[in-house]
Amino acid sequence: MSRDMMPHFELYQPDSLENALDLAKRLGRDGWIIAGGYDSLDWFKDRVKRPKALIDLGGIESLKGIRETPEGLEIGALTTLTEIERSPIVREKYGLLADAARRVASPQIRNAATLGGNLCQDARCWYYRYGVNCYRAGGNTCYADTPQGQNREHCLFGASRCVAVSPSDMGTAAVALDARMVVRNSSGERVIPAEEFFIGPAVDITRMTVLEPGDILTAVRFPAEWAGAKFYFEKVSDREAWDFALVSIASAMILENGVIRNVRMACGAVECVPRRLKVVEQTVTGSEPNEELAQLAGKTAVQGATPLNFNHFKIPLMENLVRRAIRAAA
Amino acid sequence: MAYKHIGKDFTPHDVVAKVTGQAKYAEDFRAEGMVFCRLLLSPMPHGRVRNIDASEALKMEGVLGILTADDVPAIPAPNAPILTKEPMFVGEPILAVAAVDETTAQDAIEKIKVDIEPLPFTIDPLQSLFPGGPNARSDGNVGNVGIELQTLKWTAADFARAGEGKLPMGKAVEEWSYGDLDAAFAKAKIVYDETFVTASNSHHSMEPRSCMAYWQNGKCFVHASLQSHTYTIPQIAQYLGIDPQDVVLIAEYCGGGFGSKGSAYPSMAIPALMSKKLGRPVMMRISRAEEYFIGSARNGFQGRIRIGFGADGKVLGVDLFIVQDNAANNGFWDFRGAGEAVSLVYTPTAMRFRAVPVYTNLPSRTAQRGPGQNQMACIVEPLLDRAARELGIDRVEIRLRNAPVTGSPVGGERRPVTSAYVREALEKGAARFNWREKLRENGKRDGSKVIGVAVGQAYHPAGFFGFDGLVRITPDGKLHIHTGVGNLGTFSHSATARIAAEVLKVDWENCIVERGDSRRHLPWNIGQFGSNTSYTMSRTNYVAAMDALTKLKEIAARELGGSPDDYDVDGSRVFQKSNPSRGLGYGEAAQRAIDLGGRYSGHELPQDIHPITRASASALAGTGLIGVAKDTLPGGATAAFAVAFAKVEVDLETGQHRILEFLTVGDCGRVIHPMGLATQLKGGSVQGFGLACLEHIVYDPQNGLPANVGLYQAKPPTYLDVPAEMQWDAVDKPDPTSPLGTKGIGEPPMGAAAAALLCAISQALGGHVFNRTPVLPDMIINVAAGRSQSHKPLQVHTQ
Ligand SMILES: Cc1cc2nc3c(=O)[nH]c(=O)nc-3n(C[C@H](O)[C@H](O)[C@H](O)COP(=O)(O)OP(=O)(O)OC[C@H]3O[C@@H](n4cnc5c(N)ncnc54)[C@H](O)[C@@H]3O)c2cc1C
Repeated sequence: MSRDMMPHFELYQPDSLENALDLAKRLGRDGWIIAGGYDSLDWFKDRVKRPKALIDLGGIESLKGIRETPEGLEIGALTTLTEIERSPIVREKYGLLADAARRVASPQIRNAATLGGNLCQDARCWYYRYGVNCYRAGGNTCYADTPQGQNREHCLFGASRCVAVSPSDMGTAAVALDARMVVRNSSGERVIPAEEFFIGPAVDITRMTVLEPGDILTAVRFPAEWAGAKFYFEKVSDREAWDFALVSIASAMILENGVIRNVRMACGAVECVPRRLKVVEQTVTGSEPNEELAQLAGKTAVQGATPLNFNHFKIPLMENLVRRAIRAAA
Repeated sequence: MAYKHIGKDFTPHDVVAKVTGQAKYAEDFRAEGMVFCRLLLSPMPHGRVRNIDASEALKMEGVLGILTADDVPAIPAPNAPILTKEPMFVGEPILAVAAVDETTAQDAIEKIKVDIEPLPFTIDPLQSLFPGGPNARSDGNVGNVGIELQTLKWTAADFARAGEGKLPMGKAVEEWSYGDLDAAFAKAKIVYDETFVTASNSHHSMEPRSCMAYWQNGKCFVHASLQSHTYTIPQIAQYLGIDPQDVVLIAEYCGGGFGSKGSAYPSMAIPALMSKKLGRPVMMRISRAEEYFIGSARNGFQGRIRIGFGADGKVLGVDLFIVQDNAANNGFWDFRGAGEAVSLVYTPTAMRFRAVPVYTNLPSRTAQRGPGQNQMACIVEPLLDRAARELGIDRVEIRLRNAPVTGSPVGGERRPVTSAYVREALEKGAARFNWREKLRENGKRDGSKVIGVAVGQAYHPAGFFGFDGLVRITPDGKLHIHTGVGNLGTFSHSATARIAAEVLKVDWENCIVERGDSRRHLPWNIGQFGSNTSYTMSRTNYVAAMDALTKLKEIAARELGGSPDDYDVDGSRVFQKSNPSRGLGYGEAAQRAIDLGGRYSGHELPQDIHPITRASASALAGTGLIGVAKDTLPGGATAAFAVAFAKVEVDLETGQHRILEFLTVGDCGRVIHPMGLATQLKGGSVQGFGLACLEHIVYDPQNGLPANVGLYQAKPPTYLDVPAEMQWDAVDKPDPTSPLGTKGIGEPPMGAAAAALLCAISQALGGHVFNRTPVLPDMIINVAAGRSQSHKPLQVHTQ
């Protein structure tokens, strides 16, 4: 239950990634990495999550900035969403990212919220955020998936004792762009495809990503393959700002002579992870993006959707958004 | 007649303080030795506190004390208690802890063991009315102000008779009717019988209801967030168990109230009572989440309306039944406003109104902008359009045919309204909006987007009478206008003060509005709520100014000869009409008043003024010429109206909408302050967009837990959800019972805008009527996709 009164904790402000990694290792589960704080601070204010110590990445310059590399684009985990939204290179070559960033939360939040924090944010299921002892919180029940549960914002796919959805708009865009997550810990670096970075409750119900205590996401790489592709991002929410997605769509398409040569598509807020629409991709590849294809793609996308009591509208909505992504390429 | 002030813009003195950040709100105050307190809130929707063990908490360093229900005056049920032993909703305050800082207080709260026995609960009035259904309160399930607290169960047959998805209509506890309803329905060409639900929505005032209090020389100083002033003083005194004269209330600025801070509220008493216990000033800052628990919300309705239209579109009969969700305590009487609104706005020839207000385990309700009236605007206006469509009548025309006029009766008592210019508002609006032209776009489709063009209207009473006015002219020649009305943020405290300046013909630079602090000696005024200020306080300031005017003329006549009637005023002078060079400056006249004493200086006061006015006037006695009077001018049932026109684009694939064009027109009597009026019309409309399509309280019925206790979850409209440009206008016709023709306007613009938006969405959906607010994107998607809605027709508090 909301308490709005933060308890005391230790605050570490390392000035280098090495120091941060040392701290993360030493503190283990007692430590909490904080970037912009827009996901974390509510947890603390409500006293639901109570880390002993915070590791504030804000002072680590090497984690900030947007760089072009021979392989594509690399964005530091600490880069703010406003920076991404406004970056000329992002807008020119990876417009999808700028479009997604522009639809996150509100301008004030985007000024401080970081790419890394956005990708690593926790589930927004209101029951879980309220602090009930659900499966995700370590308990033995799900409050949302009940006959009377208020689950309008919950999932259509991949339910497994938890029906929360991926809240991250940047995550949806990252999956569509085949992004690579650069993760460091005290024993080294690993590079993880976005699709594998996000995990559902069937894999681990207490986490949204593969990150474990000690891990720090340092940067996200966007392969050159998709630079300048035909992009489509649309997020439907109750309000034009300051709202999580009811459903969102991100797609990247490469057309050749009016035919889809290569495509990646992901849908947000329908599953615990950004849902990559592989069958849709396969179905539309090699075809002309016309209305007929759009209809087929829409139908294909929602195949197997299992609605809860209050979210069956997400089926036509998802279908419509997939259609719009195809239509936009025409 | 040419006015000095009326109808002209000015910069209210509080604007500059607000935009520069100099305005001090309740939580900005500090006092020597001040400590903080925090609340322990009920984790469950209904229970009985069996035991409180605070021993661990009280041992903590920095913890100063605890206040429980046993330490505070008991408030007679079913009014909300200050602290409770029978929590009746999640978030109800059980106890308060004081400490040197808030973190310590919260840490201490975690150490307190409260043993609560869970009791049955409900968040659905109909569930409580069903035989054997849970009662939200252990002392009953039905009641309201003027309706005895009782247990009422309908019969199983009542429910069965209604059938699936229709509101059952068992015994009502309030009822009125007029005309021959059967005859009216028999004559009707079309009769609709609709079941509807209007959601509760929070006030979410920007400033939470923080409060700081301390005691000095037997008086309690309270720094509070209130939209009213002197009206709340007797209430605060009652909460504290002291004499009203011993309350010093400082409430100069208020960061929004929308009805929820119109009266004193129980949590305000906590810092004062804690301060009394500790002997130190106590600050209680209310957090955003807490504001959703103790900050109040609009009453929701489950209702049923049978409405019959003649072939000409005239509303012949209305049979309205409202089950009101009272929440845990009395809430407000929105149901009454609902019945009155329907009777007046559509002038049915016959009508029956029935209601049952039912308690539920939800946070307390109070009036919210247009309580009852605005819910009905959302429900009835789309039905009017449906009838217009079926009968082939233009939608503005059907409203014109049903529109009330001056003298039209309102409510069961059929009181005639003092003025109504709805027709004029509709005509003005239709002309300015280019209604006929715009209609051609109605229903136009471009891809997935469809245009809807619509009109909406709403009503609210517009003022009261019988309160006091107090003005003072000091020897420096200044006119002090003392007003106890409060500051909701509408600037009408000053706009109505200008009535006194108008009567006494004083330039605004020479006026001082005295308000916001008991130490400025304020008269007894009603609060700043109910769209009343522009009427009520125009009258009080008028009568006080007239009293001062009489005295000025009398003093001049004494001094310079002749009779008072030989004198006139202007430019802060009272002078002989026949020889304007013979006269007295207001400063001189004020000095003479002091010298004369008696009723001139405030040493002798009228008998009929309220004790609070008497005390204030007495405190000011001898400081100048005192004008003081009770408003005994003839009054009546006032009415304000607004109409709104909207052009909206609805995306059938996403359920989202965009308001492309918007115009609202107010019937607010004579316009006192155009800029202030514009902010009311536009601000109210923005809130109306939220009422129509966004805001609602969501609860899990199984656990009684709230889903939206934050601004981002409760979803007031954002900057991007409202049109960049909104047009406004006013009829600007005087109300005959108001001395300068003014009446209120605050509430109707919200209902009119909400109705226009809902009607426009309905137009875009080919006339689909939702019978439910808010209309959210998922509901629009479902209609467009031919799917059923997720919620059942009578289900409440759904996401
Ligand atoms: C009112 C509101 C509305 C919102 N609306 C949206 C929305 O519409 N769309 C959307 O996508 N999001 C939305 N959010 C979420 C918000 O965008 C994210 O919370 C924000 O981007 C998180 O970034 P941050 O830097 O502030 O995160 P933090 O709070 O600092 O961190 C978030 C999480 O990520 C972890 N973390 C952060 N950086 C790293 C790193 N480099 N390595 C490892 N772990 C890390 C932290 O430990 C923490 O668990 C909203 C949030 C709020 C409060």
